[in-house]
Amino acid sequence: MRELSLNILDISMNSVKAGATEILIELIENETDLVFKIVDNGKGMTKEFQKTVTDPFTTSRKTRKVGLGLPFLKLAAEQTGGSLTISSKTKDESTDGSHGTEVVASFKKTSIDFTPLGDITSTIVTLVQGSPEIDFVYHHKVGETSIKLDTKELVEVLGDRSMLTAPEVLMWISESLNEQYDSIGYIKY
Amino acid sequence: MKSLAELAAIRDKMKDKVALREGVNTTRIVVGMATCGIAAGARPVLNAFVEAVNEAGLAENVTVTQTGCIGLCQYEPIVEIYTPKSEKVTYVKMTPDKVKKVVEEHIKGGNIVTEYTIGNE
Repeated sequence: MRELSLNILDISMNSVKAGATEILIELIENETDLVFKIVDNGKGMTKEFQKTVTDPFTTSRKTRKVGLGLPFLKLAAEQTGGSLTISSKTKDESTDGSHGTEVVASFKKTSIDFTPLGDITSTIVTLVQGSPEIDFVYHHKVGETSIKLDTKELVEVLGDRSMLTAPEVLMWISESLNEQYDSIGYIKY
Repeated sequence: MKSLAELAAIRDKMKDKVALREGVNTTRIVVGMATCGIAAGARPVLNAFVEAVNEAGLAENVTVTQTGCIGLCQYEPIVEIYTPKSEKVTYVKMTPDKVKKVVEEHIKGGNIVTEYTIGNE
C-alpha cells in the first residue's frame, strides 16, 4: 500500500464485514511516532483464527485462499521498527457480552520505510459512503491538537442516516476534515 | 470551518430530492473494495464516480456502491455497471480519468466504453 490511509481503509473494511455497528479509528501522532487503532464491535475472531490471521494464507474471503490485508499492515509497521497487535473476542468467549476486534499498529516516523499517511480524508469518506449504517468515530491526535469526525453527530443533524451518502454530505465531510487538517498545517505526504 | 449549521442547510435543500430518489434508482455502479482493489487504486476511482455522477446531475437515479473481492485481482480496480438497458458490464484497471469517460458515454449516453471492458483485455 502506498499510503497508510489505504491500510486504514482496508483494515476498517474487515470491521465492516464483521458486522460492526460502531467503528472507532484513532490515530495518535507526535514528532517521531504514529500509532493507529481500529476498534469495532463486530463478531470478533476466535483464538484459533487470531493466531493465524497475519499469515497470508489465512483469509475470510471465499474468492481466493490468500488474505493480504493484515500481513501488509504487519510488514508496513515492522519495517519501520513498529509493531502490530490484534486483540479480539467473540460473543462465545465474552464474559460481559461485549465482542469485537481491536487492531493497533505503531510506526516509527523517523524510519526511511515509513509510509506517509496520505489522503486519510478520502478513506473516511469512502467508509461512510460504503456503510452509512455504521457509526464511525474518527479521531486523530497530533501533538496537542486533534481532528475529529463523529457520524453520529451528523446523523442527528440530518435526521436520516441514508442522507450520509448524498454527494453534498460527503463533500461536507471531506471539506470539514481537510479544513481541520489545514488549520493545523498538517502534512499528509 | 465547516459547521453543523451548514450541514442542516444541506439537509433542508435535499429533503425534496430524497423523496424523489425512492424507487427510481435504475443504474448501479459497483466498485470492488477488497485489499486487492484498494491496493490497485479503487479508492480514488470510487470517489471519482461519486463526484462525476453528481456533476452530471445523475445522483437521483444512479447509485454508487462498494463490494468485496470480485475474484479477478489482477484486473483491479474493477467496476461493474448494471443498467436497465444492458447486461452487467465489467470495466477493469479503472482510473479516475477513465471514470469521466464511462460516466459521460455509458451512464449518460448509453454506449458501453468497450476499450475499458474486461472483454478487451
